[in-house]
Amino acid sequence: MTRKNRLLKLVALGAYLFLYLPLFIVIVYSFNDSKLNAEWVGFTFKWYDKLFQNREMLSAAANSLIIATVSAAVATVLGTLAGMAMHQYRLKLLPGLVLAPIAMPDILMGVSLLLFFIMLNMSLGLISITLAHITFCIGFVALSVQARMTAIDRSLTEAARDLGATPWQCFRKITLPLLAPGIIAGALMAFTLSIDDFVITFFVAGVGSSTLPLQIYSMVKIAVTPEVNAISTLLMVLTLILITLTARLYPGALRS
Amino acid sequence: MLEIKEVSRYFDNFTALDKVSLNIAAGEFFTLLGPSGCGKTTLLRLIAGFDQPDNGDILLDGKSIIATPPERRPLHTIFQNYALFPHMTVTENIAFPLRMVGCTQAEINRRVAEALEDVSLPDKGNHYPDALSGGQKQRIAIARALVNRPRLLLLDEPLSALDAKLREQMQLELIKLQKEIGITFVYVTHDQGEALALSHRVAVMNRGTIAQVDEPSRLYGFPNSRFVADFIGQCNLLSGKVTQLQDNRAQVELEGLGPVQTAIPADSTIAVGRNCTLTLRPEKIHISSRVSHDEVEAHFKGIVHDMLYLGDVTVYKVELANGMLLEALLANSSPGRARFFEIGDQVEVAWHYDAGHLVMD
Repeated sequence: MTRKNRLLKLVALGAYLFLYLPLFIVIVYSFNDSKLNAEWVGFTFKWYDKLFQNREMLSAAANSLIIATVSAAVATVLGTLAGMAMHQYRLKLLPGLVLAPIAMPDILMGVSLLLFFIMLNMSLGLISITLAHITFCIGFVALSVQARMTAIDRSLTEAARDLGATPWQCFRKITLPLLAPGIIAGALMAFTLSIDDFVITFFVAGVGSSTLPLQIYSMVKIAVTPEVNAISTLLMVLTLILITLTARLYPGALRS
Repeated sequence: MLEIKEVSRYFDNFTALDKVSLNIAAGEFFTLLGPSGCGKTTLLRLIAGFDQPDNGDILLDGKSIIATPPERRPLHTIFQNYALFPHMTVTENIAFPLRMVGCTQAEINRRVAEALEDVSLPDKGNHYPDALSGGQKQRIAIARALVNRPRLLLLDEPLSALDAKLREQMQLELIKLQKEIGITFVYVTHDQGEALALSHRVAVMNRGTIAQVDEPSRLYGFPNSRFVADFIGQCNLLSGKVTQLQDNRAQVELEGLGPVQTAIPADSTIAVGRNCTLTLRPEKIHISSRVSHDEVEAHFKGIVHDMLYLGDVTVYKVELANGMLLEALLANSSPGRARFFEIGDQVEVAWHYDAGHLVMD
């Protein structure tokens, strides 16, 4: 093996450690039989046990799942339509409008959405959070779908029409199946973005409805307890399952 | 059968088609030939229905089809890249047009099996297009396009992605197929050799207009313009001016060479004083070391400037007195070892007065 190769491996290892060591530490300490994240005392499930008895935490988790599911679903439909339109027609305004929320600082989104909801006289809660999440998720789905659209040869849809498919049949039988990896990737991205969003949610949540990130934040304000480690570990597992599932169902979906 | 009437298509400021009119007969193998950007693919897309003309009409069996969406036109297209659906097996691909018209499963099974048999790929039904070679994809695309028996098949440079050997084989298969099923083929290509080899008739297109529509042999032998002569095969183009008309012969003053006699082509707009081009195929030029005094021939002295030995023939480029390079072919058909002129040799080039074809500029 050459010197260069060894150096490359070392750098790669360093990068992986940087990325995954903190996560690994969180997982390890979630099983640590000690209130302090300082030294390993012994193995325990008690933090998980405690977590599942924490009603506030459970309701926050339920809220997060509901919000993420609904906003990912709605954003996926709207984002897919936007992505297809952006590819198909030479639109000037739509791409900017759809993609701006991605580039916009979260804090700005949060404040402006809050002002908007107040102006509409809307009470803040699950619905306002969901609407806010849909807003910033659409752009990500649209991007993913648009990228996938450019990879689909135009002659395929033309061939379908040519061979007797109506525009709707062509969409159902050709475009949608070929677009699926992009849509799934977009939906997955939307779900993950929604479930871990803090800044925007913080502004539009109002009182009384909390999501997982808000709940964790309020707990961390006091101290990083092993309970926080436990809930973080569970979140990680959920994400991992989602990613694995997607990769299984649609090989190549995560490549884009 | 297919009638194209003064069809125009503009893209922004670019005129892709300018009042193009064509008549294509039932059962014909018709080719649209031209350099890239000449409008041939645009015309094909208008016939298929992927695009709409800005002016003019397209009639199929006397009825206008421009308002008919592509799925309801009784014609199918073979795309340059085959356009097989990558998420469907070969069987599903071929079944697609049958499903769209609502055939029963039994009927679909039977006809797909038949179609696979017809293209000699009976055991590829469960493969995905990715697993096929270029030639196999080509055959499946043809099977899919023909499975529900269209009236017309449009082919958009279908052989351009294949290597030379396979291309020749597919050309023969296409000719055979078209003869067997008797469907009208409209074929688009930029390859003039392919057009000549395959077609009953060829429309040569240039900058959105039709330059000439004719049978391959007439296109080659009697081009109607400098452009067609130059585009179809190799051709020497000698500029000149008509100086005299007598009986069926014209005298042309060739630039820098002097007067030559040449036949007056049928229905020509020839007149004394007009600028013209004498088009002269390389194989019609004699090249020899002797000096001829034949009255029916035009002859000029020259020096061999370049030669290209191609096996069956040798191509000579002969430099004439005016510095012009004339291309001449010498078939290596005499028995025994082939004999050559060498570069730098003094030679004489000559052609019969009937060998050249005169076109007006």
